Amino acid sequence: MLDTTDSRPAGPHALDLLIDEARRQSEICNACRYCEGYCSVFPALHRQRAFADADLTQLANLCHNCRGCYYACQYTAPHEFDLNLPQALGNLRQATWEHYAWPGALGRAFHRAPSAVVALTVGAFIALMAIAAVLRPASGEGFYAVMSHGLMVAIFAPAFLMPLGALGVALWRYWRDSGAGALSWRDWMAAGRLAATMRNLGGGHGDGCNFEDADRFTPNRRWAHQLTMWGFMLCFASTSTGTLMHYGLDWPAPYAWYTLPKLFGVTGGVMLCIGTAWLARLKRQSDPALGEQGVRGGQVAFIWLLFAVSATGLALYAATGTALVPVLLPVHLATVFALFVLTPYSKMAHGFFRMLALAIEARQQRTG
Amino acid sequence: MFRVFSKPKPPRLGGTASPDVLVVGGGNAALCAAIEAAEAGKSVLLLEAAPKTYRGGNSRHTRNFRCRHDGPLGVLTGSYGEDEYYDDLLKVTKGQTDERLARMAIDESARCYPWMQAHGVRFQPSLSGTLSLSRTNAFFLGGGKSLVNAYYRTAEDLGVGIAYDAHVDHIDFDGTRVGHVDVTVGNRRTGNRGTGERGTGDPGAGEKHRLTPRIVVVASGGFQADIDWLARAWGPAARNFLIRGTPYNRGVVLKDLLDQKIESVGDPTQCHAVAIDGRAPKYDGGIVTRLDCVPFSVVVNRDGHRFYDEGEDVWPKRYAIWGRLVAAQPDQVGYAVIDAKSSDLFMPSVFPPVQADTIQGLGQQLGLPGTALADTVGAFNAACADFAAGKSFHPTELDGMATRGLEIEKTNWARPIAEPPFYGYELRPGVTFTYLGLKVDREARVEGPEGPVENLWAAGEIMAGSILGQGYLAGFGMTIGTVFGRIAGREAARHA
Repeated sequence: MLDTTDSRPAGPHALDLLIDEARRQSEICNACRYCEGYCSVFPALHRQRAFADADLTQLANLCHNCRGCYYACQYTAPHEFDLNLPQALGNLRQATWEHYAWPGALGRAFHRAPSAVVALTVGAFIALMAIAAVLRPASGEGFYAVMSHGLMVAIFAPAFLMPLGALGVALWRYWRDSGAGALSWRDWMAAGRLAATMRNLGGGHGDGCNFEDADRFTPNRRWAHQLTMWGFMLCFASTSTGTLMHYGLDWPAPYAWYTLPKLFGVTGGVMLCIGTAWLARLKRQSDPALGEQGVRGGQVAFIWLLFAVSATGLALYAATGTALVPVLLPVHLATVFALFVLTPYSKMAHGFFRMLALAIEARQQRTG
Repeated sequence: MFRVFSKPKPPRLGGTASPDVLVVGGGNAALCAAIEAAEAGKSVLLLEAAPKTYRGGNSRHTRNFRCRHDGPLGVLTGSYGEDEYYDDLLKVTKGQTDERLARMAIDESARCYPWMQAHGVRFQPSLSGTLSLSRTNAFFLGGGKSLVNAYYRTAEDLGVGIAYDAHVDHIDFDGTRVGHVDVTVGNRRTGNRGTGERGTGDPGAGEKHRLTPRIVVVASGGFQADIDWLARAWGPAARNFLIRGTPYNRGVVLKDLLDQKIESVGDPTQCHAVAIDGRAPKYDGGIVTRLDCVPFSVVVNRDGHRFYDEGEDVWPKRYAIWGRLVAAQPDQVGYAVIDAKSSDLFMPSVFPPVQADTIQGLGQQLGLPGTALADTVGAFNAACADFAAGKSFHPTELDGMATRGLEIEKTNWARPIAEPPFYGYELRPGVTFTYLGLKVDREARVEGPEGPVENLWAAGEIMAGSILGQGYLAGFGMTIGTVFGRIAGREAARHA
């Protein structure tokens, strides 16, 4: 039996070991079925009689680590069956992201090492300060007085698009190995509905999940995650509307408080601040043995990076017109840069893998 | 915050005062009693013999309760009236029931559903593979352990004191009432659960307490985990039985009370046993060890001989008698053999089957003598007359596809075992519960030699023999536990 209590196995056969352990546990679950109503994992699990490797990575990516099944399980240690499905699927899910990441070495570095996240952010800050100092624009309004629009685009367009391309490669590999076949718009709609409502963190009954207070169901994690996800979406909408206004309406920043970029950005920024701080707190209260092993530090560092993105963004707005802007702008841009670059190699990737896994599940439900 | 300050501290072992109500046991019935008594404002202490990780007795292995309802109710479809429910009970008990108590439990079950929800239990639609129960049985989301967890949370919120690893050694009578209760906490049963090896049961170790509660509710289950007791009652064959549920139901409290002339009900020699996977752990194997392949198989004993009609009826109606059938075979073991065409017709097993490309090879792997299995299967295959005549096969209903000319015919689903690979599953009896229990009245009060004991109530498996004298009806144990647990809790509070 695989001992995964301390950390995940490493080395060339690590993924196989994790798949074997997930298979062992899934076979026991399939003979029980008591957890059928909790989440998307169990109906998918119960459709199979035997589990191919891709079936298991798919189950792992459907799992939202709500832990309802662990606390309900008759077979957790010290029972000899030693079930801990949230950990087994969590380990495999984490290994999937690292396995499919492109290039793979970056995935391993940033998922596991909080120091790498910090180093990247600090490095980006120093570089941006240097660039801003050297290429100080002759004119410009607001933060464009610190760094020109053209320079920002020159840095951030590739910093945004290249990681997205890398992520696309990873997702394509996952989809190819799943053998799911073509996904239709209906599958994406079904996945979108589940992601938008985060129903898989509702526990099946809507009371929430078991996370920060052992077997007590609370909606906290669902709320914190919703604030984070929707906060992020609003921030993204802020940037997108800003870009459209800049290029489409020839209406460059700075924008007044009542414009869409500001309304989206401030609301989203506040939500993201609260959501990430709440998630970090919940994570600290939760039992580390029931989740993926060996990446807690990297995950926490990533949560705080997201917090820093939103907090510095809000601070930058609050500091408009003051002497703090030349410092705050590179700080904020450094966090954004790190976030973009880390998207395929950090917890950020889970949102994309999750959407794909949910869409594949919708297709498999649809086609039987 | 205000609640914390305004409520008295939960009673605890070693505290200065004994509780109003002492609940002995930590499963469904005990928790229902504790919750009802606490809601009536009484101080309640609950003693669970298991450590916290194994709390909940056999309730942690359950998955549903059988519920009367006049129309769709929550996850339950259609309706299930009192008379139909009672008829179902009569069929399995062959009349060995107390009609008054049984009808009371059945009637009350409908009111349990909302009560359970209000106390944290959540339901889910009938599980895949159990659609036949969607009208009669309400399934707990997450199963029995999640129900137990919900009740412990509720009880703790109500200020019920809970002691784990707390063993009642003796309930002492003072005339017609319970005087005091002796409790040992800690190291009483130190056996290795995995191998089924048991500790000495020595109450000498651990910390002693003597309690003088006003009322005692015993809800500590049957004695099915005490193999020595089973062997005395059933015979030495019982040593080969597997215990499907908790190793903590050893009947210590039951025996202590019966030794003091408390009235008993139920056949003291009988237990309810089903045929399960022979490779299951000695204790606590629970639901996953079930095997549903018998109707599609040929079942032989240690000597390679068939001993019963495998296709007599659909499996939900036959798994219980197969426990007894296997128990009656030499070494209490059976072997179910199927071929490739039947391998997906039943719920997946927790352990993979033994597999071979020939029947002879399978017989060898299963350890059956010589060509015994091949001979039996050969004779069986030759007798599959209806199959040869082209009669059609229907796995989910009685299809009448029978053998002709065998000493023991298979009367449904008789298809030749001919398509490799062949699969074999070992079967052994798995004990679910014992029938011997305490006699109670309509208020769940325990009957002593001179009428009801003034301050002693019983609920759950320890008194279920009054209603379930024989056989079993899926989900009825949880109904009895919930109904009588609640009654005992309310009555205890009324008298405390």
